Amino acid sequence: MSAEFWIAQSFNGLSYGALLFLLASGLSLIFGVMRIVNLAHGSYFMLGGYVGLTVALRTQSFALACLAGAVAIGLVGMGMERFFLRRLRGETLGQVLMTIGFALIFQDLALLIWGGDPYTVPIPKLLTGTMRLGGAVFPIFRIFIVAVAVVVGLALWLAMDRTRVGAMIRAAVDDAEMAGGVGINVPRVSLFVFGLGAALAALGGVIGGGFLGVYPGADFEVLPYAFVVVIVGGLGSLPGAVAGSLLVGLLDNFGKALFPELSYFTLFAPMAIILAIRPTGLFGRV
Amino acid sequence: MVDLALRLDDVCRAFGGLQAVDRVTLTVRPGERRALIGPNGAGKTTLFNLIAGAMPLSSGRIALFGRDVTHAPAHQRAAFGLARTFQITNLFPDLSVLENCLLAVQAHSPVRFSMLRPVGRYPALLERARTALQRLELEKLGPAVVRNLSHGEQRQLEIALALAGEPRVLLLDEPTAGLSPAESRLMAGLLRRLDPAITVLMIEHDMDIALELSDMVTVLHYGRVIADGPREQVKADPQVREIYLGA
Amino acid sequence: MIARRALLAAVVIVVLALIGPWLPAYPLTVLTQALIVAILAMSLDVLLGYTGLSSLGHAAYFGVGAYVVAIMTTEHQMGLLACLAAGVALATVTAAVFGLFAIRATGTYFLMITLALGMVIWGLAYRWVSLTKGDNGIAGIPRPTLFGLELGGPVPFYYFCLVCAALAWALMGLLVISPFGLGLRGIRGSEGRMQALGYNVWLHKYTAFVLSGVFGGFSGTLWAYYNGFVSPNDVQLVTSVETLLMVALGGSGTLIGPALGAGVIVFLKNFVSVYTKRWLLILGGVYIGVILFAPSGIVGALRGRRR
Repeated sequence: MSAEFWIAQSFNGLSYGALLFLLASGLSLIFGVMRIVNLAHGSYFMLGGYVGLTVALRTQSFALACLAGAVAIGLVGMGMERFFLRRLRGETLGQVLMTIGFALIFQDLALLIWGGDPYTVPIPKLLTGTMRLGGAVFPIFRIFIVAVAVVVGLALWLAMDRTRVGAMIRAAVDDAEMAGGVGINVPRVSLFVFGLGAALAALGGVIGGGFLGVYPGADFEVLPYAFVVVIVGGLGSLPGAVAGSLLVGLLDNFGKALFPELSYFTLFAPMAIILAIRPTGLFGRV
Repeated sequence: MVDLALRLDDVCRAFGGLQAVDRVTLTVRPGERRALIGPNGAGKTTLFNLIAGAMPLSSGRIALFGRDVTHAPAHQRAAFGLARTFQITNLFPDLSVLENCLLAVQAHSPVRFSMLRPVGRYPALLERARTALQRLELEKLGPAVVRNLSHGEQRQLEIALALAGEPRVLLLDEPTAGLSPAESRLMAGLLRRLDPAITVLMIEHDMDIALELSDMVTVLHYGRVIADGPREQVKADPQVREIYLGA
Repeated sequence: MIARRALLAAVVIVVLALIGPWLPAYPLTVLTQALIVAILAMSLDVLLGYTGLSSLGHAAYFGVGAYVVAIMTTEHQMGLLACLAAGVALATVTAAVFGLFAIRATGTYFLMITLALGMVIWGLAYRWVSLTKGDNGIAGIPRPTLFGLELGGPVPFYYFCLVCAALAWALMGLLVISPFGLGLRGIRGSEGRMQALGYNVWLHKYTAFVLSGVFGGFSGTLWAYYNGFVSPNDVQLVTSVETLLMVALGGSGTLIGPALGAGVIVFLKNFVSVYTKRWLLILGGVYIGVILFAPSGIVGALRGRRR
């Protein structure tokens, strides 16, 4: 295996991990505040991709596609929380089942609206092609993905750490009841976080749509990855989402390249090992 | 030299920077009735959790009848004769009173792994469960679902469950919590009639009941034992008086 | 109450046995399918309704059972009993291994871990092409013969599945009313209390997990014979999700509830697919409807209970 192979695969793993970070950070945040596992999270990713596809085709603008996807699905997420999930406050299994129901509906709606063919979201010329760094060749779009993930990660961290909203979210994650007690409008924080999580997943979907494509079944295909990231990294933890995404991205890539017949296994084995040592994940405290 | 029923040596439990239980040493003789008192937040329930195995120690040793149980899981300590009640009622809400008791009774029997015969076909088990309920005058409530019981009845069932396993050491965590004065009196009566062979360690906020039902008293304050000895001696201890009169 | 439920189930089984020869071919095959899936739903109920563990990876054991039968019949021409035994055995081993990782977790983590583990089996089915023929699936699974008796026709196979379903129901029924079953219900009610009473809660949960995999695998073996064709679609997440819905729809913690739920979903699926392709949309709608309006499922609603 040449050095080029390792570098190329590592970079692919890194860029896939970056995509997973967009997906998983939202999932982790949602769990942190609301303590529910959103099984429609993969659907946000897929729907975001589809919406972005349509907008990109109509307006020829990738940036607009990203924005539209994030906003539209962010609103969908908020709607789900406000009008359905909130009714089952405290009943975790009921809420989980409800998110499953939505996931199924979303999957079928997507099939209805966009049909069964796979598409690729058109990306701007600026981001196509490759770049030479050192001795190796890197696709520019993948560099872009990593850049987006880094920016989003930093923005999230700064927002959590430095802003009032961030402090409120952290308080709600830490102890929702106490947070309510000191005057934080926890339902509104939940709503906001849900929308943010959905928007992040959708953004991932639009960007992912540029190189993985958008197709029926993408929702349930990407969902276990998001889960493994969050299991490994620890629920409710942003550094956990970073660590988890990197690990899963790299493992998945190397697994597919080196052991194609056992690819899910290469994902599962490290997850199992980490669980055996730390059942709440690398950075989890919940 | 008779084995001590319960022996704690320099038991500590820290939560981050907070020392919830600080070098607690206790010697409890078999058959003793000991009250564990102290202001709120003194670490009493934490200490119970450590003794019962619901929480790991930060350091120290715990021995039950001479046997080191410091690292034994909770269910193993129960098998060695330890039983506890919970301050916040912890029953099986959707099961009947009788079923709650059956669970307590079958816990130490290999029958609990039996998979192909209905529970009803074990008359010995049913008999023991009914006896356990009778001890606390609850047998009439057998078929009632626990969720529908009054708070007082639930507190009684808490104790029935703990006694059903024929324990040698009983940890009672605020048995009169949430009870009316009349119900508390009834509870005190029940507790007074407990088998004298059982060693009882009791957390109790009602000072009258605590002192009435115990021979020995241990006082905790900020996780540390500040007084420990016969009831009258502790009652007269000036430091204890200061905490309770000043608090 | 238990006696009443047992009587009801016995009556249902007798009725099903009697109407067998009189039903037209299509409803008979759908009913057969419902019986096979009922076993799967009941096995999940043992885990979810009785022990309180919500699993989203139950299709894994179903899939293992089905694939074992598929491979053994098409590649090695093995007989019915050998295939059933091997399918159930391998599903049990899978549950035993998976349980070691899953049972350490509780609540949400358990849900996610079981989902990921279910996907591992799906991934194997999809990518281990040399063994499972991947996306193409394994076709040509013949109907079985038992001691020379041909079970191929719709009516004999129906009776075969009825007997299997009745047997599975009886065994699981005994399990849940046994002392062990009471222990599981205790764990669902309060793990902490069970620990304090002296139960090795981990061991009980693990045992329930494995037992649930045994019956799940059994259901899968029957499915392979029924369908004649096994593919990764049988092991996908949607299958686990449908099974969960059957339990919720029928009423968890009742055994016959989930069996009924299985019947409803199977019939709905077959009926609906005649008129529209929008099965998932309807399934999703049913999910949300059940959660909002009938959280105790059919059985709960019949008893007039609103949990």
